[in-house]
Amino acid sequence: MASTLRAPAEDSPPPPDRPGPAAAAGRPAWRSRLHRLDLKASPYVFIAPFFLCFAVFGLFPLVWTGWLSLHRVDLLTPDVAEWRGFGNYTRLWATDQFWNALRNTVTIGVLSTVPQLLMALVLAHLLNYRLRGRGLLRVAVLAPYATSIAAATLVFVQLFNPDYGLVNWCLSGLGLAHTDWYADTWPSQIAIATIVTWRWTGYNALIYLAAMQAVPKDLYEAAALDGASRWQQFTRITVPSIRPTILFTVVVSTIGATQLFGEPLLFGGGVGVSGGSAHQFQTLGLYMYELGWPSRQLGRASAVAWTMLLLLLLIGAVRYLFARRHRLEPKG
Amino acid sequence: MRTTSRPRRATAPAAAALLCSALLLTACSSGGPQSAGSAGPGSAQVTLTVGDFGTFGYKEAGLYDEYMAAHPNITIKYETVQDGQKYWDALTTHLASGSGLSDIQAVEVGYIAQAAGTLGDKFTDLSKADGVKADAWLPWKSKQATTAKGALIGLGTDIGPMAVCYRKDLFEQAGLPSDREAVGRLWAGDWSKFVDAGKQYQSKAPAGTFFTDSASGLFNAALSAEAQQYSDASGKLVYRDSPGVKKAWDIAVSASQAKISAGLRQFQDNWNTAFTNAQFATVVCPSWMTGIISKYSGDSGKGKWDIAQAPVASNWGGAFLTVPKAGKHTAEAAALAAWLTAPEQQAKVFTKVGNLPSTTAGLQLPAVQGARLDYFGSTPTGQIFATTAGNIKPAPIGEQDGTVKTIITDNGILDIEQHGTDPAKAWQTVTKLIDDKVNG
Repeated sequence: MASTLRAPAEDSPPPPDRPGPAAAAGRPAWRSRLHRLDLKASPYVFIAPFFLCFAVFGLFPLVWTGWLSLHRVDLLTPDVAEWRGFGNYTRLWATDQFWNALRNTVTIGVLSTVPQLLMALVLAHLLNYRLRGRGLLRVAVLAPYATSIAAATLVFVQLFNPDYGLVNWCLSGLGLAHTDWYADTWPSQIAIATIVTWRWTGYNALIYLAAMQAVPKDLYEAAALDGASRWQQFTRITVPSIRPTILFTVVVSTIGATQLFGEPLLFGGGVGVSGGSAHQFQTLGLYMYELGWPSRQLGRASAVAWTMLLLLLLIGAVRYLFARRHRLEPKG
Repeated sequence: MRTTSRPRRATAPAAAALLCSALLLTACSSGGPQSAGSAGPGSAQVTLTVGDFGTFGYKEAGLYDEYMAAHPNITIKYETVQDGQKYWDALTTHLASGSGLSDIQAVEVGYIAQAAGTLGDKFTDLSKADGVKADAWLPWKSKQATTAKGALIGLGTDIGPMAVCYRKDLFEQAGLPSDREAVGRLWAGDWSKFVDAGKQYQSKAPAGTFFTDSASGLFNAALSAEAQQYSDASGKLVYRDSPGVKKAWDIAVSASQAKISAGLRQFQDNWNTAFTNAQFATVVCPSWMTGIISKYSGDSGKGKWDIAQAPVASNWGGAFLTVPKAGKHTAEAAALAAWLTAPEQQAKVFTKVGNLPSTTAGLQLPAVQGARLDYFGSTPTGQIFATTAGNIKPAPIGEQDGTVKTIITDNGILDIEQHGTDPAKAWQTVTKLIDDKVNG
């Protein structure tokens, strides 16, 4: 943020003059060289652990996956690679299953992210009021986030069971037709999106809440004096004030949606890896896993992984342009 | 409510398996105080791990305890995965990395060709292990687990002679005979007659019930009766033009289109539940299926199931025990595997969970021939399956059989059943998926 510009060099240590030029004159030159080295190198040594870890666990897998994606590699013999160039990528382009997975990732992503963030916003707004038992409620909204994906999904699988599940039981009570939440495309995607939404709404709500509490109270007071309703206060003051936070949650949720894996895998049970019998809820993450493990085609799986990364970068770039346009707008 | 108690019961074994694997981990990492103090190699404390899938019956028959009692220096831990496909996917990964393997790993017949082929070097040759006589098994059984170099990498556990299990009460309500001889005559000779009988059932079916559980099960059964399946004699994948696959596919499709199948996926939760709720009248029934039926049909189904001869004698399934080379105690593991697959132990497993012996001696044992499974009342189970076992004509197998089977049943037939997809289109999808998977 522009307002937190750091005062230049004020915090930095004073210039090194302790072993002074006079004292150094009699000492061997290597000593002062050592000292200079210490000054120059130490900061790097101090931050090295992070970069080493990043290189080993972040950069290396990234580069290696990139290398694998250009080869034909069997999972069982990862040391034997046959050069394929961009063949794995062009083959992806021509594979229906890839496009299907991409489409599913987008639809499940939209189905989960949009309601999730809207509900989080409303929830945060409510929690921002002086409610009784506010602390307890704030802990409660975070509880789903603390639940393991596996546990939550297994419960939802039971709830959505087409024959004996609670959801269909309630729907039939309302006179709605029997829905096959496992086999049909939209119902199964909605069911999975529900799990994601359930899990992440509270988390996002807390982030919004933190941002809302930083909005000056006098803005609301002034608005109230001018006769603005609570809804107007929400749309005119709250939302614009926390816009950077909203943008942040959109980005994080989008990344999460792109990498969606555990929920559909467990939701599908025995046909989880292929995302249902007709791949009706196979996401990119699942497709990558199916290629890499059951099919043992590590090279093609790596190509999917890199494609996912490129997609995220693309989304990031769009977001950046969008954000810049919005920053410029009020001035222009 | 009965139905809601089912899933909870199903999670108990899962939780137990989790706990076991957790124990396994701690056991491995701590090294164990006993091993530190012991002396010579003969008396050293050894912990052997066994990894398998579905129901192998060793624990149920008390064989682990029996072996540990006879060999005080050996402790056996086991880990069971319910889904065979997931088990195999994990096993191949473990084999590739050489870690995470159990001392003994079970391999299903659909994948044994791959284990004995591409993966052959990763397993110990058991033909010379203590207590192993290679000719103890049915000849075709050991041949399936023998590599090109002649190494025997797997010891046969069970075979799956085919029969049909049916519910007498539902058959009677639908006006069909319920005597096992008469029922067998309904479809004797050809699986397509089984579909015809299904249509007859369905026309007078008790409300909410189907003739059979799944078209995929029927596909596997019909295919098992064919001389040529997915691969030719040289092990080459020929599923696309195989008359056997074509016939089995057509039978499964006709069953699905005649709506005589409940459209379930076998070995999945709602399939298990459907047993409890008596949603289908028949299930194709290799011997190992009897254990599953008694487990999931529960008390309410006891005495209501009977077993009739299948249209054609055939084999579906069965498995092997292998000893990966990466294990620390391959000699001890081989001895345990040999003991577990010996005729006497196979007979004990059969009487407990219904997995039929794969050794010639085991099949002849009076305990097997005269066996009646408690759950099936007076049905002469042992005799039915042992008779079929003698008539099995084995078909050639290939490395990709398991993969092809999974795609045909899970992405082809199940798709037709669940979404009403046009069979021609489903077959096209299947060939595309298989090509994509096989041609890495």
